[in-house]
Amino acid sequence: MRKRAWLGWLFAVPALVMYATFVLRPLLLTVQYSFYDWNGIGASTWVGLGNYRRLFTDSELFASILHAFELILFFSLIPVLLGLFVAATIRGIAQSRLATVARTVLFLPQVIPLVAAGIMWSWLLSSTGLANELLSAVGLDSLTRAWLGDFGTALPAVGVIGAWVLVGLCTLLLLAGMSKIDPALYEAARLDGAGPVREFASITLPSLRQEIGVCVTVTVIAALASFDIVYIATQGGPGNSTMVPGLEIYYLAFSEREVGMASALAVALVVLVLACVLPVQRLTRDGSR
Amino acid sequence: MGHGPLTSRFVRAALASSAVVAVAACSAPGGSSGTDNANASAAPVTSATCGTEPITLKGYFETGFPLPKELSTEFSKQFPNVKFDIREDQFAVITQNAPRVLADDPPDLMRLPQVSELVKDGLLKNLDGYAQVFGWDKWPASQLEQMRVSSTGERGDGPLYAMGLNFSMTGVFYNKKLAAQAGMTSPPATLAEFDTVLQKAKDAGITPINQFNGGATGGLAFPLQNLMSVYGEPGPINEWIYQKSGATIDTPSNLKAVQHLEKWIKAGYLAPDINSQDYATMMSRFIGGKNLFIFDGDWESGNLDKQMAGNVGFFLMPPLESGGKRAAMSAPLTYGISSKAKNADCAAFFLNWVAIDQKAREIAVKVGGSHPMGPADAYMPPVQQGTVTASTLAAGADIAKDNGAMDFIANATGAIYAKSWTPQLQKLAAGQQTPDALLESVQKDYESQVKK
Repeated sequence: MRKRAWLGWLFAVPALVMYATFVLRPLLLTVQYSFYDWNGIGASTWVGLGNYRRLFTDSELFASILHAFELILFFSLIPVLLGLFVAATIRGIAQSRLATVARTVLFLPQVIPLVAAGIMWSWLLSSTGLANELLSAVGLDSLTRAWLGDFGTALPAVGVIGAWVLVGLCTLLLLAGMSKIDPALYEAARLDGAGPVREFASITLPSLRQEIGVCVTVTVIAALASFDIVYIATQGGPGNSTMVPGLEIYYLAFSEREVGMASALAVALVVLVLACVLPVQRLTRDGSR
Repeated sequence: MGHGPLTSRFVRAALASSAVVAVAACSAPGGSSGTDNANASAAPVTSATCGTEPITLKGYFETGFPLPKELSTEFSKQFPNVKFDIREDQFAVITQNAPRVLADDPPDLMRLPQVSELVKDGLLKNLDGYAQVFGWDKWPASQLEQMRVSSTGERGDGPLYAMGLNFSMTGVFYNKKLAAQAGMTSPPATLAEFDTVLQKAKDAGITPINQFNGGATGGLAFPLQNLMSVYGEPGPINEWIYQKSGATIDTPSNLKAVQHLEKWIKAGYLAPDINSQDYATMMSRFIGGKNLFIFDGDWESGNLDKQMAGNVGFFLMPPLESGGKRAAMSAPLTYGISSKAKNADCAAFFLNWVAIDQKAREIAVKVGGSHPMGPADAYMPPVQQGTVTASTLAAGADIAKDNGAMDFIANATGAIYAKSWTPQLQKLAAGQQTPDALLESVQKDYESQVKK
């Protein structure tokens, strides 16, 4: 029996080697670099916790973390709420062909590379883009603006792109969860005189606890660790109003050449993500047992 | 109750990682000293050629600029034993990759970003030996000044670490048709006249200026630096860019320049959506006749002569008083040789050929649109009169006469453009920053970056 167990590990060795080389090693090196002042090429100096101290004193770095939390609103809250609503609607019309079409259309953003999505949206949201043309068409010229170039709207605009990408994912996950719910429950509820709202609140929502947990986890990570959408749409501008930790790490490492500081921010981001995600995991798991 | 699998897995991983970190931390990252070659004097060179044996030069060029490729093709025609192995990337990518590529995958010829940090790390070859052999030291000194780096990291003098394929000139491009509509019959001779034209254009319903200022590229730095040279001298600006000790950008004359730019913004002389525009958007709108002026460089001359034939003009930023001295951003299209390059001699021979060969100089002007490097009395290819290429080349002569060449304020340090000028100028454009706080903030960032 023992021997069999070791044989099992042997099969996992190739994967483990890859994992150790390309995931664990970089992760650990990042932690190590975070204690140094290093430009990536020359000699490095040990600075202890100096880089971490700067995280809390540098207002620009701190602001980028706040922006990431603001993005959670768009990347998590909206997609999950909207996903619930859409999934419930699709389930209601499950027999019609419209349901398949709706599912495909909603999931499409997941298939499109984020970079392409970012470019597409930056056209839509430009001063001459579709968004402004629609506003003008209905007489709201006063609202038109360069959405991604305006200090007040740039971050929400980036958030909308993220919401658009993630709604489909959430819808599909929730829809899959709904199909597992025993139809007898709904029947019983209906016999007891429950309307659609009551059905949704008392049966659908509690049964989807785990799926919602997965959705929230995935989208919160996407919000906190966002990079590609922001990089393509605004590059952190205008005036740092859309700067997020992911982008800041990239600028620190490749433009300011402060590999140590970039690593410290990366480690802090990992801790932050875990601190946000672990409670969600716990909350959604406990209830299911 | 409680610990889900993810939690316990995380705890185990954290324990394991801290153990490995303890081990890994024994050796600090990076070389013990990266400055092996940095400040060593150049090895004496007696001759540098490409020989007669087959040889392949490894090049790392900038995407979207056909000049180096055309030059290398012509070079291979004249010297058939030399082949090129060329890799191309966008300039932003080259900027980020430069240190790593120069260290790990050393090219013989590479398009370079700002050089001072690369020199500090000992990544670039000291070209003084070649300069002597080829006589580069007898060219007008201003051509090579920006590529000299002293042992303390200041630019402007010291050994030569890079070479230009040509040198560019910046100023104001205008749409001739729209200029006529705005009542501009000849380029403005003073800043006040320029202001008047801007107002007239606005009154005529024309967008006076459009300039890219979105993302990480604050293009307002172009008009700003032009205004700085109107209100002040190019000398102190260059000293700041070259990181001379004690240099500051936060001066009274520069403050007047930022205030003037703010006046333009508040008067509505700039397109309202500049903060969302990248360079390509600015170019396509200007070519499409959507605005009167852009602040740009002669690397677009060839392109504009093709796409707006006969409808595009160029002038240098007008001085405060008529006939006053003028200045412009002017920088060599910098190429360097890795300190670990295999074919440094041949690469240096190529760089010299670019400056002295008649055919190469013709390519530099026709394809690059800018003035070739080389001795002051070297062959100048004929340019068609009335083209914007002719105007920008002539402007180069004016700047040389007024001794008004400046490097670009975005080149002062590796990060000053993306992390200081750009966000600050975006804030200024949105009315969220005051001129004095802008300069103060850039100077603060500059000092912390130079210290390193």
